[in-house]
Amino acid sequence: MKRAVFKNRGLPYLLVLPQIAVTLVFFFWPAFESLRLSVFRTSPFGDKTLFVGLENFAKLLSSPDYYRSIVNTFVFAFGVTALGVGAGLFVAALATQRIRGLAVYRTALLWPYGIAPPIAGIIFLFIFHPSYGVLPYWLAFVTSYEFNWLLKGPLAMTLVIIATAWTHIGYNIAFFLAGLLAIPTSVLEAASVDGAGPIRRFRSIVFPLLSPITFYLLVVNLIFSFFGSFGVIHAVTQGGPGNATEIMVFKVYKDGFVGLNLGSSAAQSVLLMIVVIVLTALQFRFVERRVTYT
Amino acid sequence: MSGDGAIAAPARVEALPDVAESPRRRPLDWGSLIVHALLLACVAVIAFPLYYAFVISTQTVEEVVARPPILRPSGNMVQNYVEAWTRAHMARLLWNSAVVAVVSALGKIAISMLSAFAIVYFNFRGKPLAFWMIFVTLMLPVEVRIMSTYEVIGNLGWLNSYAGLTIPLMASATATFLFRQFYLTVPNELVEAAQLDGVGPMRFLWSFLLPLSWANVAALFVVLFIFGWNQYLWPLMITNTEAMRVVVIGLQDIIPRTGTHVPEWNVMMAAAMMALLPPVAVILFMQRWFVKGLIESEK
Repeated sequence: MKRAVFKNRGLPYLLVLPQIAVTLVFFFWPAFESLRLSVFRTSPFGDKTLFVGLENFAKLLSSPDYYRSIVNTFVFAFGVTALGVGAGLFVAALATQRIRGLAVYRTALLWPYGIAPPIAGIIFLFIFHPSYGVLPYWLAFVTSYEFNWLLKGPLAMTLVIIATAWTHIGYNIAFFLAGLLAIPTSVLEAASVDGAGPIRRFRSIVFPLLSPITFYLLVVNLIFSFFGSFGVIHAVTQGGPGNATEIMVFKVYKDGFVGLNLGSSAAQSVLLMIVVIVLTALQFRFVERRVTYT
Repeated sequence: MSGDGAIAAPARVEALPDVAESPRRRPLDWGSLIVHALLLACVAVIAFPLYYAFVISTQTVEEVVARPPILRPSGNMVQNYVEAWTRAHMARLLWNSAVVAVVSALGKIAISMLSAFAIVYFNFRGKPLAFWMIFVTLMLPVEVRIMSTYEVIGNLGWLNSYAGLTIPLMASATATFLFRQFYLTVPNELVEAAQLDGVGPMRFLWSFLLPLSWANVAALFVVLFIFGWNQYLWPLMITNTEAMRVVVIGLQDIIPRTGTHVPEWNVMMAAAMMALLPPVAVILFMQRWFVKGLIESEK
C-alpha cells in the first residue's frame, strides 16, 4: 500500500537522530570495539596492545573452562525454557476447558514476572539454604541426599534455574492464554459435540493451533536465558561452586572485569554475538510466518 | 460457556466470536472443578516463595533459624523493615531505581515514537539504512559488548551518573517496531485530510497520532518500567558508588553469606520485599496494560 507522506527534507533526519545517535554510540561503537579487541592482546593495565590475530579465539576453543561454560549455558537455558514453556503449556491445557475467571488465574500466575531474577535468586537461596531453608528440611524426610548447593554443582544449577523460571513462567502463560483465547470457541464446542474429550481436544485442536506460539516462546526463552541470566548468577552463585554455574555471559564479565583479560573477554563477546544473531534470525523467521497467518 | 473468556483476554477480545448462552451449563461440572483445583494448586506453588519470603521478613532471627521452619508470619515486621530500610540505604536505592525505570522507559518511548514516525510518514534517503541499524540493536544486547561499552561510558565521563544509567538503555528496536506497526494501521485518509487542512507533520504526530496511540504508549510504558527497574548488569558495570546504586544491586550487600554473618535473613527478606514490591504492584494494578504491552511488543 502506498502511504501518504509528508514532504520535508531535513525533518525525518532530525526525527531519527536521537535513536540513531544512541545506537551508534552505545551499540555499534562498542560492538566494533569488541571485534577489534578480540584480535588483540591487551596488558592488564591497558597500556600495551599486541595484534595476535585469532589467537584469542584459538585459546578459547581449546580451553576446557570455556567448554564448561558453554555446557553450563545450555543446561541453564534449556532448563529454564523447559520449565517455563512446559508450565505455560500445562496451564493452557487446563484452560482448554473454558472456565470462569481465567483472567484472575492469569494475574495470579503472572506477577512473578515483575521480580528481578537476582531477587528471585536471593529468595530461593534461602529456600535452598542448607541449614535454614525449608526445602532441605522437607526433603530430608524423603531422602538422605545432602542439599548443600554451596558444595554441589548440580544443586546450585537447579537453584538458579528454578529461580529464573519462577520469574518467567507467567510470561509464557500469558502468551499461551492469549493464543488459546484466540481459538474460536465454536471449534472446541464442535469437537466436544463430536465426542472429543478434554485431552483429545487439547491434543488435536489446541496444541497444533498453539504451535507457532510454542516455537516463538522456545526461542524467546532461550534468548532470555542466554543473555538475561547474568544477574541471578552474579547475585547468587558467582559462577560457583567451582565453576558449576559459570555461564557464558558471566564468564565474559569475569574474564574482562575481574580477570582483566580484555582480549579473551572480547573474543567471547564476539562468539556470543554469533549466538544471538542466530537466535534472533530464528525469532524473526517465526514473526514473518505468523504475519501471513493473520 | 458464556462470555467470560472475552474478559480474560483484553488483548484479543476481537478474536472471540460471540457465543450465545450455552445450553449445556450443568449444575455441577466436574471437569471445571478439577481444572479449578489444578489451577489453584499452580497458583499456590507459584505464590509460595513470595509468601515464604514475606513470612521470614516478619520473624526474629531465632524464628528464622528455628527447626522445624515456621511458616506463619510473626510480630517482628516493623523492626525488620526499619532495620532493612536504614541498613541498605533503601530510600536512595529505591529512588535510583525509580529514576532509571521511569526515565529510560519515557526516553525509549519518545525516541522510538519519533523514529517510527519518520520511517512511516516520510521518504528520505538512507531510510533502509536507519531501519536496518535500529533492527540490528536487537542482536547486540549489553551482555555481548560488556567491556567495550564500559569503555565508551568511561570516555564520555558518564560513570556513576543518571545519564549513563538511562540514555544507553533508550535505543529500542521492539518499541520502534511497535509504533511503526501501529502507524501502519492508521488510515491514509487521516493523513490526507490533515494535510488538506494544512496540518504540519509535528502537529499531526502530537494531536492525531499520539492520542490514537495512547493505549500502546501506556502498555509499553508498563513493560519498559519493569524492564528498567530490573536491570542488573548495566548498573552493576557503570556505577560503583553507594549513592548511585539501584536497588536490585544494593541488596547484595546485606545477603548473609554463610558462616561470616549473623543469619539475618529476616532483614534480607524485608529489603527484598521492598525492592520487588514496586514492579509487582505495577503488574497487578496495570495488568491489562501490561499483558497488552507484553504481547504486542513481541509482534
